[in-house]
Order: sequence, then structure tokens, then C-alpha cells
Amino acid sequence: MTSTAATTRGPLQVTAKVFSNKRVGDYWHLTLVADGIAERTRPGSFVALAVGGDTSGALLRRAFSIYRVRPAGVYGGTVEIVFSARGRGTQWMARLAAHDPVDVVGPLGRPFALPKEPVGCALVGGGYGSAPLFGLAERLRERKCSVHMVLGAATESRLFGALEAKRAAHSVTVTTEDGSVGIKGVVTDALPALFNRGVEVVYSCGPMGMLKAVTQLALEHGAWTQTAVEEDMACGIGVCMTCVLPVVGDDNVTRMVRSCVEGPVFAGDKVRWDDIGTVPPGTFGAPRSGGR
Amino acid sequence: MGRLRPEDVDLSTVLADVHLDNPVMTASGCAAAGRELHQFFDVADLGAVVTKSIMRDARSGRATPRMSETASGMLNSIGLQGPGIDAFLATDLPWLLRHDARPIVSIAASSLGEYAELARRVGNSPGVAAIEVNISCPNVEDRGLVFACDPLQAGRVLSVVRRDTPRGLPIFAKLSPDVTSIAEIATAVMAAGADGLVMINTLLGLDIQLDRMRPALAGVTGGLSGPAIKPVALRAVWEVSRALPGVPIIGVGGIRTGADALQFIAAGASAIQVGTAIFNDPCAPVRVLKELREELATRGIAKVSEAIGLAHPSIGGS
Repeated sequence: MTSTAATTRGPLQVTAKVFSNKRVGDYWHLTLVADGIAERTRPGSFVALAVGGDTSGALLRRAFSIYRVRPAGVYGGTVEIVFSARGRGTQWMARLAAHDPVDVVGPLGRPFALPKEPVGCALVGGGYGSAPLFGLAERLRERKCSVHMVLGAATESRLFGALEAKRAAHSVTVTTEDGSVGIKGVVTDALPALFNRGVEVVYSCGPMGMLKAVTQLALEHGAWTQTAVEEDMACGIGVCMTCVLPVVGDDNVTRMVRSCVEGPVFAGDKVRWDDIGTVPPGTFGAPRSGGR
Repeated sequence: MGRLRPEDVDLSTVLADVHLDNPVMTASGCAAAGRELHQFFDVADLGAVVTKSIMRDARSGRATPRMSETASGMLNSIGLQGPGIDAFLATDLPWLLRHDARPIVSIAASSLGEYAELARRVGNSPGVAAIEVNISCPNVEDRGLVFACDPLQAGRVLSVVRRDTPRGLPIFAKLSPDVTSIAEIATAVMAAGADGLVMINTLLGLDIQLDRMRPALAGVTGGLSGPAIKPVALRAVWEVSRALPGVPIIGVGGIRTGADALQFIAAGASAIQVGTAIFNDPCAPVRVLKELREELATRGIAKVSEAIGLAHPSIGGS
């Protein structure tokens, strides 16, 4: 008989304890003591939280990019996430207090791919989509890449990590749609200047519309793209088949792929952004009427 | 009846000549083909792993959104996304066998001919413990009407599957609760050659997303599952076990705990499946198994087989 999760790869399911839960602008920054997850985490991977406790009527797991991890030391290992309390699950999470238990599965998903050469990288975050970019910035700087962060949001309170970005990156550009801080505009307004400074790789995380716009602009400038997508998930582990989107494979065939196990990070040029929410004609196995 | 030690409880169960170490299975469509869940527990620890329904050809499934969370449940409209039978037999089934799982292969089709082909191909693959026949699919040869909703069409599916499945390999029909009389459908599929029944499939439902003022699912309607449907599933098991005494029943629908599982067994099921609860807790099948053992031990029930149908007055005494 083969072993199950006995290695240091693959996800764990742990009953984490809340270490702290703090308001940051319009968001919440939740730190969980969750042994074993930190050691397995790479930038771009995510955790899936059960919400509402053991007998909750809200069954589906909520997925969040991992913001930061600290391996076990004097205290147990910690995992940090950032979330917006906009639905009933995240509103429950906003009420969590120190020592409360939370069922966490992770780390999940494919992380960001890293360049082999020390190249110029733009890290673009929309709203709290910036969360996974800080760990990524650290990895890239270890590889001697120059790191330029672009953080955008509708308004100042919806930015996350603008101060921290100054420590994490060689340059930081902030954009807000209402001009409350930084450049009045959107993240793509800030990118051309970075391409002029030799950026060859663009990482992005945030709303789908932003990812699409960033990818298009990056491709026009011949840059390589890595996008962390947001799709609604039920399980986070690859069994429910709800978080699919059309992605072109190396064989040039479009497939409906699970963003939880084949993503959440995809090469931006492989995602059929305009066709998300559809099964485009020609997709592998598409389309037929069928049972449920 | 005194309290027993949980480890002394005999959980083995028999379903139409299939001997299982324990009565807990995954529900079709909630465990893919076992591999993802094996990261969390050993798939060999379950009575059986029921695969996501396999169709003849690869299918992309439906557009998104495919899922909507509802009170104590969810709606889904996946559209049977899958790799098709060739890839399943080449990759998924060998994986299950290599990991000592007992595979029950769920098959789905949109015509009788496809059901027959799937029955032959799956039936002739070594290591398959049983076939589960998903009949909640539209019949392209009959105006898209769902096989499971008509006793005649449901019976036809089971008779072609029976005809083309090797003798000795049991076939179980998975029934839809969206019918006037589930006992009538059960009677029809048993007469057509089914060896047992799986009850219930999801209930057809709808959710509306108010921000968009549109149905929440791209497919408009979807299948309701989760604890919200447990009373409906229990009722179906209860009714059919009274109408057709002795017919092997696998109970499914909203099972989240060992107590839920014992309720289905007491209503007449010989085995149970854990489905949507997996999305909430990937270890749900093995947790339910452990809790079921404890529930039986607490009640001094030494064998799970002794609990089958125990809630029926005629079986359980006055």
C-alpha cells in the first residue's frame, strides 16, 4: 500500500488557530497558526478555508492566495491571508478572533514560475490581489531579478501593501481610479514606463478584467506573463470541476481546465480571456447537451 | 445492548454478492477518480470509490458559473465534464487498482447504444467491483427527456446494460428523486436487471443572482446536493425499502456525519455514499466511516448488517 500525504509535497488539512485578525483599509489581514503549510508554500499557492464552523450550512471552501508564511520556530508555523468581507463566508471570517479554530487545506495550486535569468520583472496587483506578490518579490530578488511593483485599486482604502512594497521592490507605482493616491488611472497606465526600463516578465494577480488588460499589454511588448486567476471554487482540491476556464495547451488545443490544480497561475497568453464564462467552439470535448 | 468498543464493530457489508470491508463510498461526481482525495486519506480505506460518471467521448462540460452555494447545500451544473472512456480505462482505473481501491465505475450516456458500449468496455475491465448507472441524463433519441424520470426508459437503460455486462458483475441504478413515484422507477429498473439501487441523485433547482438579476448558473438550472436534501434522500430509501424488501440499496444525499450514515442504514440502505460533504472536508468519507463505527458501538450494535432497516417497525420490533 502506498503512503498518502507522508511527504513534504502536496496539501495538508489542518485545524489552524487564529493568531490575529486585523483590519487593513477595506480588507482583513488574517494570521493563522497552521503547522506544516508554511514549509510547503511557494509564491502563488493558495489555501482553502472552511467557514462557519463544524456544523456550518455554508459548505463550500473559500480560496485565498497566501500572503506570507513563517515556518515553525518558537511558535507554530503561520500562514497569512488577506480578504474582503463581502459575502457570508468572509463576513464570518471577519469575526474570527485570536485562538478561534479554522479548518485550512493547503497549500494548493501551481505557484508562479520563476525566470532562470536575472531579468526585470513587473509585479502587478489589483486590490488585495497584491497579497501573493510580496513572497514572489522576495524569491525574485534572491535570483537577482529587478522587481517593480505596480499596485492599483479603485481608491486608496482598497490598496493593499503599498508601504510594504517599498521594502519589497526596487520601484513601486501606485494607481487609483479616483486619484486619491498615486497616479489617477489603472495599472496598465503605469506599465509602458516599466517596459521602457527593460521589464521582460510581468506577474499579475487581481480581477479577471485587469489580468486580461495586463496580459494584452505585456504581450504587445514581447514580455512573458504569469497570471494568478480568480475563479469561484467549491473544493479547491480538484474534485468539484466548478472552477474551470478555457486554456490553450502546448498542443494548441483549448481545454476547460481547473484553476485550482492546473492554476491558479497560468501563462497569460494561454488563457482565453475573452471566452471566460463560455465553452469556446473547438474546445476539447465541446459542446454537447448533457446530464448533470 | 451494551456499549461496544468501536474497533470491535464489524463494518463489512454485502451488496448483491459484492463483499465490501465497510459500507462507506464516495458519491459519483464528488471524488473525481480518487487521486486528488488520496492526498488526504488512503482510498483503500473506503468500502469503494465511485468514480465521476464516465461517458464514451471526452466532454468539456458546461460554461461557468457551474456552481452556486445554497442553504446547507449547493447547486451544480457541471455537464459531466470528463476525459471519455478510453482515457479513463488507460489512466484512472489502473490508478485506482494500483492503490488497492475498490472501484465502482459510474457510467452515463445519452443513448441506449452508448450505455451498452460503456457497459461492455467497463464490464470487461478487470478489477471493477460494480457498475453504477447514472440515468439522470437526457435521452437524445427521445426529445431529450431524462431516462431516470420515465419507468420505461429507465428500464430500457438497465436492460441494455445488464445484457452487455458480464454475468457476476453487479449493476446499480442511480435514481433521481424528481419523479412522482420513485418506487415505480425502482421496480422498473429492478425488473430490467439491476442488482441494486443508489438513491438519490441531485434534485433539480434554481438560484438567482440578484446583482445580475439572472440565474446564478450558466446552465440556468442545476442539481441540488448537500445536507439540505438529506430528508428527501432518507424518504426515498425508506419508501423503496418498504416497496421492494430485500433489494440492495446504497443511500446517498446529504450525508455529512456518521449519524447521518446510520440514519440511511436504519432506513434500509446496505451502504452509503459521501458526496458534497467532501467539498467541505476532503477527509469526510473516512471521518464518516470512523463516526459510523462509533455510532454503532455506542448503541451496542456489533455488526453494521444488523442495523440495516432497523428503523422500520416491522424489522425493528414494535
